[in-house]
Amino acid sequence: MRDLVAGTAMVAGASLAVVAAVGVLRFGGFFARLHAATKPATLGLVLVAAGAALVLRDLSDTARLALVVGFQFLTVPVGTHLVARAAYHASAVDAEALAVDELGDVEGSGERRPPSGGD
Amino acid sequence: MSVAANVSLGLLGLSALIALVRVLRGPTLADRIVATDLIITILVLGLAVEAARSGSSELLSVMVLVAVVGFIGTTTVARFIERRGA
Repeated sequence: MRDLVAGTAMVAGASLAVVAAVGVLRFGGFFARLHAATKPATLGLVLVAAGAALVLRDLSDTARLALVVGFQFLTVPVGTHLVARAAYHASAVDAEALAVDELGDVEGSGERRPPSGGD
Repeated sequence: MSVAANVSLGLLGLSALIALVRVLRGPTLADRIVATDLIITILVLGLAVEAARSGSSELLSVMVLVAVVGFIGTTTVARFIERRGA
């Protein structure tokens, strides 16, 4: 029974990776592809890690899997945000296709310019 | 159990190949980074599945490392894109 649940969770997580890869290949536009690519990094990892934890049945293994999951939950949104922001500033996205352009509103004038100075 | 693990590994390998097509096609550097990040995620998932399949927990430490290195790489290239342009 436990193996059944573990196997189902792992196959579900791997299937999510396939869906994301197909999305990254087929979607048009950078933000659509970015959106598709980040799904398995959280939900897929939770499913696969839960499956692995059920199979391994060891406290230290479960702790390490939980560490990876917690780390991914913290870093994936940050990394995705940075890539999206960088692509926007580098004009890798079609600004005309955006329904809402809050970054452009904040930075004013809508013109594309690299961020000035600092870091 | 091992059937499910083998099926999962097959699906992960397939998705890594599909993502690799996007890495090769581009068109911009940002698209390649997104696809590369997805491949790293798939690698982390694959390590977890392989750990479950073989029942050995050594791979879990590798999993932590790959997750950390993947994050550092993605942020570094994001900063590079921001300065240089896509």
